[in-house]
Amino acid sequence: MSIAPDSARQPSPEAQAASGAAMAPTRPLYWSVRRELWEHRSITVAPLAVAGVVLLGFVIGLSHRLRGVSALDPAQQHAAINTPYDVAAFLFIATSFIVSALYCLDALHGERRDRSILFWKSLPVSDLTTVLSKASIPLVVLPLLVFLLMLATHLVMLPLSSLILRAKGVSPAALWAQLPLFRMWLALLYCLTVIALWHAPVFAWLLLLSAWARRAAFLWAVLPPLGVAVFDRIAFNSWHVAALLKYRLVGWFTQAFVPPPKDGVPVDPLMLLDPLKFLGTADLWIGLALAALFLAAAVRLRRHRQPI
Amino acid sequence: MTVIQARGLRKAFGTTVALDGIDLQVEEGRILGLIGPNGAGKSTALNAILGLTPYQGELKVLGRNPWAERDQLMRDVCFIADVAVLPRWLRVSQALAYVAGVHPRFDRAKAQALLAKTAIRPASRVRELSKGMVTQLHLALIMAIDARLLVLDEPTLGLDILYRKQFYDSLLNDYFDHSRTIIVTTHQVEEIQHVLTDVMFMNRGRIVFDCSMEDFESRYVEVMVHPEQVAAARALKPMHERQVFGRSILLFDHADRRQLDGLGIVRTPSLADLFVAVIGEQAGAAAGAAA
Repeated sequence: MSIAPDSARQPSPEAQAASGAAMAPTRPLYWSVRRELWEHRSITVAPLAVAGVVLLGFVIGLSHRLRGVSALDPAQQHAAINTPYDVAAFLFIATSFIVSALYCLDALHGERRDRSILFWKSLPVSDLTTVLSKASIPLVVLPLLVFLLMLATHLVMLPLSSLILRAKGVSPAALWAQLPLFRMWLALLYCLTVIALWHAPVFAWLLLLSAWARRAAFLWAVLPPLGVAVFDRIAFNSWHVAALLKYRLVGWFTQAFVPPPKDGVPVDPLMLLDPLKFLGTADLWIGLALAALFLAAAVRLRRHRQPI
Repeated sequence: MTVIQARGLRKAFGTTVALDGIDLQVEEGRILGLIGPNGAGKSTALNAILGLTPYQGELKVLGRNPWAERDQLMRDVCFIADVAVLPRWLRVSQALAYVAGVHPRFDRAKAQALLAKTAIRPASRVRELSKGMVTQLHLALIMAIDARLLVLDEPTLGLDILYRKQFYDSLLNDYFDHSRTIIVTTHQVEEIQHVLTDVMFMNRGRIVFDCSMEDFESRYVEVMVHPEQVAAARALKPMHERQVFGRSILLFDHADRRQLDGLGIVRTPSLADLFVAVIGEQAGAAAGAAA
């Protein structure tokens, strides 16, 4: 197309369509989230790597784990079949947490460090949209990604298990009976949602730190809580602060699930969920209120921030 | 129509006053050069106009309050704040997709056409491009946005002369028309003199000189005075005098050209000369007052 001066004021059909359609308010948010995924490739690479490790480990351990599985009593059989799935879930959740924490600490700091904040602020995207897009990574994007990857690994693991069992002359029916797939997936989705909601104030706090700190956001995130916990221990001989921190990290488990039966007898995974108790926990709502407060403060800070 | 209207614009960082109550009015279709020494307050003024910093006083840009409505304002305002602000991890194709995604007035085809004239490939990352190419990329993105105000803060800093010339040439030939307004700050005054329609000098947070280029050309006269005429020329109250190769060069404001013709070689001064005259006088006066 010509870019002579006289044609400069005539936008292409594409641009006319875009301005004519009056951009939907969610469009900048959508593109801001994509932008985050372009910049922070660990968000997608790390869970994919975990999926790879899980599958590799599963394949290598497959034959010896299922050896003589038919000879075991139901509880042991259940454990033998379920353990890899539980380990995989743990690995995914732990990785997702670490990736989220590191991401949040960099999200509003990196753009000031490399001065690119001046470019982002030259575009019609509000500070609220930017901060929300960054908060959505640990709270929505990663849990969803982890969930889909878990489904995908399950869909590879199950047929493999069936094949091996069949090769050993065992009917795979026992396997399928031990793994109520859809109920498991539903339970997983619940679990990931619960964790995201429970950890929301943690990630919002880390985002706020990354908007505030001039340097070493990681140290600001780690040392003060550690220092307060140690002070609490030395001065008052108590573990209150440490317990509080631990509760915010792993307390979701006791608040959202009923303890599994001690005898290891397999139960319906959905029976272990306790959404009513979780929703009735004041600490959940206090945490969410704090998360909203921290995010609002991060929006305000970003508005004032210049490159460092 | 008025694009920028400021009244008593003030900004202080602690006890340092960056903007000392400036009044400013910029009309549509102008290309304004904002020129001043380091620390004069140019960047602070631009940051206030762009909604990047809070301020005291009244400021309207395209009828909006920039601090309260930055994201709305950026639909009609573009800026290149210094050279290296494109993130190094960004791919050229990603930059195009992102700006097309968030900016309602971005014409992607135009940006692609502009980039096709350069050596920049869509798959390249910003970190793989030379400084000049990064500026070309940024300029292509900006020029494809149908904005009403373009703010350039030292856009060609650190570029070689070929890129600098190309930058202003494409800006004038492919972008500027009389419904757009451009504000530019730079230290390379002589290179943008022919581009500007208006010029403003800033010093210590104040606007110390404000003039259209037409007025500038008719108002100011520089005379390289014949040695025997120096006393006569000085009697006409020049605003500045300097020595070059042993000859006196006197700068006059509102002087009668016919009267000056007999005194030596008469010509229109460069903006740089006037800048030195205006800002240099001030610095001298301040030093004198301090002593």
